[in-house]
Amino acid sequence: MGNEQTKIIANDISVRYILGDFKEVGLKDFVVQKLKGTYQRNEFWAVKNVSFQLKQGELLGIIGTNGAGKSTLLKVISGIMIPTGGTLSVQGSIASLLELGSGFDGELTVKENAFLRGAMLGYTREFMNDTYRRILEFAELEEFENHLFKNLSSGMKSRLAFSIACLVNPEILILDEVLSVGDGAFRQKSEDKMMEIIKGGATTLLVSHSLAQIRRLSTKVLWLDHGKQVAFGDTASICKEYEEFLKSKKK
Amino acid sequence: MNILKELLLRLKKNQFLFEELVKRDFKKKYKRTILGMLWSILSPLLQLIVMSIVFTKFFGRGMDHYTIYLFTGNLLFSFFKESTVNGMHSLMQNAGIIKKINLPKYIFLLSKEVSSCINFGLTLIIYFLFVIIDGVPVTWRFILLLYPILFMLLFNIGFGFILSALFVLFKDIQYLYDVFTLMLMYLSAIFYTTDVFSPAVQKLFYCNPVYAYISYFRQIVLEQTVPSVWLHLLCAVYALAAVGIGCLIYKKLNYKFLYYM
Repeated sequence: MGNEQTKIIANDISVRYILGDFKEVGLKDFVVQKLKGTYQRNEFWAVKNVSFQLKQGELLGIIGTNGAGKSTLLKVISGIMIPTGGTLSVQGSIASLLELGSGFDGELTVKENAFLRGAMLGYTREFMNDTYRRILEFAELEEFENHLFKNLSSGMKSRLAFSIACLVNPEILILDEVLSVGDGAFRQKSEDKMMEIIKGGATTLLVSHSLAQIRRLSTKVLWLDHGKQVAFGDTASICKEYEEFLKSKKK
Repeated sequence: MNILKELLLRLKKNQFLFEELVKRDFKKKYKRTILGMLWSILSPLLQLIVMSIVFTKFFGRGMDHYTIYLFTGNLLFSFFKESTVNGMHSLMQNAGIIKKINLPKYIFLLSKEVSSCINFGLTLIIYFLFVIIDGVPVTWRFILLLYPILFMLLFNIGFGFILSALFVLFKDIQYLYDVFTLMLMYLSAIFYTTDVFSPAVQKLFYCNPVYAYISYFRQIVLEQTVPSVWLHLLCAVYALAAVGIGCLIYKKLNYKFLYYM
């Protein structure tokens, strides 16, 4: 079991947002309120006391209703945010595919965007030169190479994003609602590709609202609700509980 | 030495990204313009023409090479303004990326800085053409101009760091900065000379970093003298202070920017 080392250890992670800060108030009111002593900031815990561990090759499905803190948690793991409380240890290179099309530039062509994104994900120019054709082929965008990115359909955009992130064989792959778009054929293809990466030893975190997908792919599940950790562990049982929770909410 | 090594290593690692960002900024800047990069040269020239028509009558009497005097001030001030305004927006413009991918944030400002530098370089060539056409003697001392250029570039970067951080926190800064640059322009003695003021007031002008750099340029080009050691120090201190403060702010707020984007 030597290769099954622990890749991610999250221990009691919390993230606090500050609301009503001078971002919303504006400089003038901020100064005035500060002088008057009426200035107040509201705290909001987007993620509160979340702990889990992931070994190499595992796929963690993260479930929860809107605003449960799933995306914030992924931001912490990918290193964009530091947790307000708790400790996190992540070992290995991360490719994160957070939300569709974000970070792409509509005014640039598909090719330019592919290189820019590749650069952001930390690839080298040589690597991009070598893999660019394969990326395009996988995304089925060969004919659109020189089209402006803004003229692509949203499905095409997500295909490109997925293809760039997946052709690297990262050690840790972060997918936020990425697999649920694109047509059926591409969805199947991307799922296959992902399984290939996971079999290659990558550790994956997947956020999805499709419970069927979570059931099919995940080896472990983390259920968040309003930032708090409801459950972590076995896929089948937690998915069942979550399903019942959703049903009870509808009533 | 170790810090330097680490910095070079990090730059090397991000070189590809840096180049792609520069390309992107450039492509977007001149997109859909007919004259494209020619605007980098045309717009300062047009500005110069307008200013010299307006001001020669008032301030240029009894002064040799007034156009060059004006051009010097305008050249450096435009560099400062373009570079810092671009710098100010560099973080927010890339908010979409910064929020999603973990990257060193200063790289966005530095890539913007490249396009300001290219603009400045192009205008500088035109400037030297004007200098020659106007019959100003070109001496070995012109090499010294590299000194204020280098430190002004550093100053712009440092100031850009500070502004971009402030802009993330307070959007009001962009309007305040408009007024601030207007005021600074009038205080930079671009189209008038400072010798109408008392010596004490003339010294006060040096509180304005942009004026210090302009003054260095003029002493070399128009007065054919090497500026004092004191001015050399001043140019360096302003730049290093701006970079120092900028870096500190970035370091302190690195993970906090996100909350305000």
